[in-house]
Amino acid sequence: MIPAKFDYIKASSISEAISLLDKHGDDAKLLSGGHSLIPAMKLRLSRPEVLIDISGISGMNSITEDGNEIVIGANCTHADIVNSDLINSDLNILAQTAKHIGDIQVRNRGTIGGSLAHADPAADYPAVVLACDAKIVVEGKNGGRTIAATDFFLGIFTTAIAEDEIITSIRFPKVANGNYQKFFQSASRFAVVGVAAVKEGNSVKVGVTGVAGTPYRATAVENAYSGSSDAALHAVDGVEDELMSDHFADEEYRAHLAKVMVKKALEA
Amino acid sequence: METYIGKPVKRREDARFLKGAGKYTDDIKLQGMTHSAFVRSPYAHAKILSVDTSAAEKAEGVVAVYTGSDACGTFGVPCGWQVDFKNGETMREPLHPLLAKDKILHLGEAVAIVIAETLELARDAAELVQVNYEALPAVTCPKKAMEPSAPKVHDQWEDNAAFDWCIGNDRAEVEAALANAHHVTEMTYKNHRVAPNAIEPRSYISDYDVNADKWTLYTSTQNPHLVRLLLCAFALGIPEHKVRVVSYDVGGGFGSKIYHYTEEALLTWASKEIGRPIKWTSDRTEAFLTDAHGRDHIVHSKMGFDADGKIVAHLTDEYCAMGAYLSTFAPAVPTYLHGTLFQGVYTTPLIHLNVVAPFTHTVAVDAYRGAGRPEATYLLERIISKAAKEMNMDPAELRYKNFIPPFNGTTEPGYQTQVALQYDSGNYHGVLKRGLEMLGYEDFRKEQAEARKNGKLLGVGISTYIEGCGIAPSAVVGSLGARAGLYEVGHVRVQPTGKVSVFTGAHSHGQGHETVFAQFVADKLGIPMDDIDIVHGDTDQVAFGMGTYGSRSLAVGGSAIIKSVEKVLEKGAKIAAHKLEAAEEDLEYAEGKWTVKGTDKSISFGDVSLTAYVPHDYPEGVEPGLDFSSFYDPTNFTYPFGTHIAVVEVDADTGKVDLQRFVACDDVGNVMNPMIVDGQIHGGVVQGVGQALLEEVVYDGEGQMVTGSYMDYAMPRADDVPMIETDRTTTPCPHNPLGVKGAGEAGAIGSTPAVVNAVVDALAHLGVTDIQMPVTPQRVWKAMQN
Repeated sequence: MIPAKFDYIKASSISEAISLLDKHGDDAKLLSGGHSLIPAMKLRLSRPEVLIDISGISGMNSITEDGNEIVIGANCTHADIVNSDLINSDLNILAQTAKHIGDIQVRNRGTIGGSLAHADPAADYPAVVLACDAKIVVEGKNGGRTIAATDFFLGIFTTAIAEDEIITSIRFPKVANGNYQKFFQSASRFAVVGVAAVKEGNSVKVGVTGVAGTPYRATAVENAYSGSSDAALHAVDGVEDELMSDHFADEEYRAHLAKVMVKKALEA
Repeated sequence: METYIGKPVKRREDARFLKGAGKYTDDIKLQGMTHSAFVRSPYAHAKILSVDTSAAEKAEGVVAVYTGSDACGTFGVPCGWQVDFKNGETMREPLHPLLAKDKILHLGEAVAIVIAETLELARDAAELVQVNYEALPAVTCPKKAMEPSAPKVHDQWEDNAAFDWCIGNDRAEVEAALANAHHVTEMTYKNHRVAPNAIEPRSYISDYDVNADKWTLYTSTQNPHLVRLLLCAFALGIPEHKVRVVSYDVGGGFGSKIYHYTEEALLTWASKEIGRPIKWTSDRTEAFLTDAHGRDHIVHSKMGFDADGKIVAHLTDEYCAMGAYLSTFAPAVPTYLHGTLFQGVYTTPLIHLNVVAPFTHTVAVDAYRGAGRPEATYLLERIISKAAKEMNMDPAELRYKNFIPPFNGTTEPGYQTQVALQYDSGNYHGVLKRGLEMLGYEDFRKEQAEARKNGKLLGVGISTYIEGCGIAPSAVVGSLGARAGLYEVGHVRVQPTGKVSVFTGAHSHGQGHETVFAQFVADKLGIPMDDIDIVHGDTDQVAFGMGTYGSRSLAVGGSAIIKSVEKVLEKGAKIAAHKLEAAEEDLEYAEGKWTVKGTDKSISFGDVSLTAYVPHDYPEGVEPGLDFSSFYDPTNFTYPFGTHIAVVEVDADTGKVDLQRFVACDDVGNVMNPMIVDGQIHGGVVQGVGQALLEEVVYDGEGQMVTGSYMDYAMPRADDVPMIETDRTTTPCPHNPLGVKGAGEAGAIGSTPAVVNAVVDALAHLGVTDIQMPVTPQRVWKAMQN
């Protein structure tokens, strides 16, 4: 488990990191917590020539309130999120979700920005950012922009971030009534199905991860919902042709689990 | 005087382990040491069209690159057990080459070794070796491997069988009894393949000393002497006295480190070529691909019963994978370590097992915790529970009805089975009764009925196992095809100051020998444990040995030590009698001293030891010194047994199994250290639960491993198991001096069927009669849908 040779540069500011990204292009990878990237590098499945370490950049690891929003620095670890009073009180669904990620060691190193940028189809956060209508804030050489969660995930390990862009923070609206339900894969403990539901009165927003190659908003469930969890029957409507399948859960079982977990999320 | 036997003495070795101060092979750094990396096949079956090492040879820091075309390509590692075909044809035994030359026969087979100044440079250079392959179709399933259309693993034979074999009564007689049986229960399933997953991966360093013309091989092995013998006499043909094999601390084996592996022999050969030490440590991916796996039997079985529920006959046919090559003990596992346990704990009068053992395009299958006995137990305990359900009987009642009655093996004879072995002593009623008490079986059945009304799926599963361990009488295993004896060596060296060094051929890789062996030696000599040191894992220090596997260390290795302790006391008595001016028969030995009976005249063990080494005033005709070595060859296997009971709740929505309780009542004979026995049972149970619920090596149709990392191969974690409730009954072994039977494998043998029985029991009212292991949520849910 020895990675291929690479250069390592520790960036001290976002602008420095962006110019390094611009300079090295495809050869470079950003390193934050490293808990997806380093294992892939050790297996030589990923072999960047340059690692740009953004973990030391100041101002990217705070959790703050901004009006009705909570702004989470991209370098915040899962443990930071689990332990944040602000998140536990005003965005509890995210704390619940972060608790499900990996183990203590992973949560102490892995970051929310890194996880979102990596876009593992079985990661936990995508369901929540979708259900919460969070916004991913990125900066690149041409300045900053904000990407809506629903526009962010494009496919397996693929996002709307441009090559020269860095996630700097994630903006969540405050959420009073949300919950995350996960059925984990027994080896990796990633989500076979992860469902985030955010309820407001008789309406609900539902984000689903692990089920299709791209995490999605279960709009059919949302449209059918009027207070009854029977809407869960529509959990995979529209993604029937994109269901993931592996030796742990084939398409049929995964679709069933999606309905079960959506139902739990609607009832919680 | 403090005594130790039977007490939960804390493990002496744990201090260094807990401090991270253990000395594992990879911790060793030698002057001038090089590092190595292997180029391994990405195909399960392929022709090697060409290998180009020129770029690798020129790469930075590279010392040497070898392929199957070099001299090492002519050497192979041997198999240690020969099981011939039923028709008398000799077992098919292919060369297992150190490096593949023309053909790849399993995923991960080594094509080249790159030796460099650092591990990083070795890895980088290994990527520069260009190998052109022509991929060929592969077969990984042992049953499919015997179909006429199956791709052949070895071209020189007409089919893929390595051998076939049977045991027990005449097949026609068994078939006739089944035809006349009142009820026949039938099962077809796979006892699936698992990976051993020792926490320390295999690691080797070979150090050739040019001036002494001697090798030292540091290796993470369970049996250093056997590795030396196989390496010298069979693999490389080098003089045995020129090789020292050292295995200090080893981080778990579970069988996978018994065998002599190709990398050990290759490093030994190459270190002489380059005149420098070479290290190789497997990474986890290589461990999945190249450590010998366990199980992989396809089973079809029928058990017949009379109207009263008594078993009248049992017939089983199995296909058992060998892998691409025959690993050291591989042929013994599905045969003599498996079929010989088909009696189980029952009085079955007619038994027949037929085994076909094919080569497959996979890594070798060999002994894995329990080795053949878990597979036998799984079959017997699943089929008897299935039969109970079919005959509408309670599974405990059906077991009671068929148990062999209790026998102690001393005043009552051992039990002669239909499958060659004679059990030493047993009380199967006792462990089931105690297990059911521990569980509160009757109350549980009421709770289950209530729960079912509320839609809760609760189930209980019973398993009453027996195993044969303490392997083994050399003449017996020799007649069964073993190419080695299975005695053990115990050497007791009393130092002049009365301190004692014990050298054992057994090897500790988690078992706690340094503690347990010192406990009973201390008691037998009447001296403190602190005065005793246990030495193992070095062929230059320990005269000989057969290592540790098959729950044999205490029963066989301990007995060898006892023999030497007895010789020490016998000689000591002569010296004591001389010093005390008394007749030997007037002396008694207790609490570390010889006393003239009825007097206060005595001499201590320490004074006698000093006298033995300073023999100024000394008995005539007695040699100086107090140092004895003994070989102990057991007269029989030992037969631990027990009852394991699992309680599960199945989630009706998802099929996920929650293991709620696990009760284990084991009988391992006399117990030297109950804490260590409990630990062995806990570990074994979790390993067996792992197979039942989580672990499975999956190959796809091309022989690619789908589960080659911990992202896909599910190991049991702490939160997958409840607190394990243990108790014991004690039926001493009648044929070894400590009365011990062995505890290393019991947990893994009894637990697997208990868990699956519980899951099937939870779903029985839905019509579920069997579920293929591991009983993953998906499999359970699908079973519920049908």
